[in-house]
Amino acid sequence: MRRKLAPYLLVMPGGLWLAIFFVIPMIAMVSVSMETGSLETGFQQTFSVHHYLDMINTYHPQLLRSLKYGLCTTVITILLAYPMAYWIAFRGGRHKSTYLFLILLPFFVTFVIRTISWQFLLADDGIVLGHLKDWHLVSKNFHVLATPYAVIGGLVYNFLPFMVLPIYVALERIDKVLLEASADLYANKAATFRKVVLPLSLPGVFAGVILTFVPAAADYVNAQILGGSGQVMIGNVIETLYISNSQYPQASALSSILLAALLLGIFVYARVLGTRDVLDANAG
Amino acid sequence: MGEQAIELIGVAKQFSAAEENVQAVERVDLSIGSGEFFSLLGPSGCGKTTTLRMIAGFEEPTQGQILLYGVDQVGVPANNRDLNMVFQSYALFPHMTVFDNVAFGLRRKKLPKAEIAERVNTMFELVDLKGREKRRPREMSGGQQQRVALARALVNRPRALLLDEPLGALDLKLRQSMQLELKRNQREVGITFVYVTHDQGEALTMSDRIAVMNAGHVEQLGSPREVYESPATRFVADFIGTSNLVELTATSTTAGESVADRGAQQRIVVPLRGQQARDRLVVAVRPEKVGLATAPPGADCQLSGRVEEVVYQGTFTAYTVQTAPGEHIVCHWQNATDSSDVAAVGDTVWVSWAKEHSYLLEDPGKVAAAVSAGVPAGVAGGASK
Ligand SMILES: Nc1ncnc2c1ncn2[C@@H]1O[C@H](COP(=O)(O)OP(=O)(O)OP(=O)(O)O)[C@@H](O)[C@H]1O
Ligand SMILES: [Mg+2]
Repeated sequence: MRRKLAPYLLVMPGGLWLAIFFVIPMIAMVSVSMETGSLETGFQQTFSVHHYLDMINTYHPQLLRSLKYGLCTTVITILLAYPMAYWIAFRGGRHKSTYLFLILLPFFVTFVIRTISWQFLLADDGIVLGHLKDWHLVSKNFHVLATPYAVIGGLVYNFLPFMVLPIYVALERIDKVLLEASADLYANKAATFRKVVLPLSLPGVFAGVILTFVPAAADYVNAQILGGSGQVMIGNVIETLYISNSQYPQASALSSILLAALLLGIFVYARVLGTRDVLDANAG
Repeated sequence: MGEQAIELIGVAKQFSAAEENVQAVERVDLSIGSGEFFSLLGPSGCGKTTTLRMIAGFEEPTQGQILLYGVDQVGVPANNRDLNMVFQSYALFPHMTVFDNVAFGLRRKKLPKAEIAERVNTMFELVDLKGREKRRPREMSGGQQQRVALARALVNRPRALLLDEPLGALDLKLRQSMQLELKRNQREVGITFVYVTHDQGEALTMSDRIAVMNAGHVEQLGSPREVYESPATRFVADFIGTSNLVELTATSTTAGESVADRGAQQRIVVPLRGQQARDRLVVAVRPEKVGLATAPPGADCQLSGRVEEVVYQGTFTAYTVQTAPGEHIVCHWQNATDSSDVAAVGDTVWVSWAKEHSYLLEDPGKVAAAVSAGVPAGVAGGASK
């Protein structure tokens, strides 16, 4: 009897944690999203889905933009983070922890402050563009702020460590003798990378993609500080609905839609390039 | 032995760490014949792995030449050397099936698919793993992984196979059966094996020749019989099997043998075997060559003493006899027909052996010099700098 209970007792702490901090808030959010009313008249539960339809109709451009920015951010961070992680893991020598610390260093400054400092740096007459314009290297009406490049750049900057760290961990875990075995079996450096290092590091890339894509697509700080009216992301919309307009049901509906979109994206991605499939990747 | 497969000429390796330089290999001269099963045997840290890794191309020697069928390999990257290695930890690729592991080298050489499949399948038959091709390394036992590692190296038909303690991770029983299997595989494929081990039993049973290494140099080079029966140095006598070592002062030297007479019929005779006569003698004799008697047996070598310890060991009984203060002779008495003890602790007995079982040991320094002098003069001249 006791034996049969043991597995359930073992999952109790984790299960409770999930129930209190994940499942209950989710249910609450979905429940609010089906209410009707306003702050003045009060909200009543009507189990209506019309907010969902309204929200998709009104905000699908922002939603698609968020997914697009999230995707761009993820691709760019992979391209930047992989070589960095590779270099630290294989060439870092005795200073590996120093390099990792340097990558995390910006995180000792608040997210918002970090992003605002980019606003200063990239301002139309700021210390970079101002000088370039003075020296006539770029035209007078050239600007970076309020463009997709600024927002995506900010996202890349802010989420880069979330990509570097899991890739670094995956690379670090590769037994170095496997690289020798590969060389011993006539593989040159490029072949060793393609056939041994890359496949063994894919679980790290997989983790990094999720850790970067989800917060980047849901971000609103970068769009607010570095973007303009043309770069509004879904996070900004939710924030406005919730905090400025107090349209709680609408905000909840939109949050649920975003959550569903992200989960769907991750699910598709996992199916296409899941860990099991990563390991199954043919050696050919 | 015919053609020389691998030659090491004055090879030395120094690792430069931050504070101090480690001389991992002092100076090694070896020449390994084609098709030979050659072992590097020595205690931990003596430089066996470093020597093997220099042959494989994972480390570059700081001095000397490494020839593969007469061609200098120094500076040639590992992936361009026609050699394969079996790693102690096997180093199988965990993300590939064992088939893909074995096919890895052939695919890098861009062989036609059909030929790859055929050669890999033949290998799976040779190592007795038919039908397990689709498994992953972690789904196999230690012994099976070891065979995959062997197949992965042999399938490339290298000019020599380098093995770094390939059986080190296996338990004793499996180890012994794998020893026989490895030896059988080597005979079947006829490839030169360079085998690193610190297990003297393994080296003695498998090898055609053994290089006994100590502290970065070769102490003795010879067939298993030679290094076991006639150890050249105190280190070899001690490291391979157990040996009794007796230190004596020579009393006379005649026609190629030294005699140390201690009086009262106690004496040791040791043949010189082309060695220099000297006053201080260090004589080695194997315990199984030593006989035990209650009266002076009238042998070439005999000493009297008191039995200190009697340990029954199954096929033999080990008697430890103190022949002088601080001097002990161990006798392994075969329990052939009668297993009752021939002497008890405290008895006064005579230990004896024939003089051809006495070996005069060299000073370690002199032996190292003698080994390197054994390399053909022309070759050695080119290497020493
Ligand atoms: N990369 C390295 N850097 C510095 N010192 C090293 C390095 N590799 C080996 N050494 C040193 O060189 C010496 C010989 O090492 P080696 O690995 O060749 O010994 P071994 O005979 O294979 O020993 P074992 O039986 O323990 O494997 C050791 O003192 C070791 O500490
Ligand atoms: Mg070793």
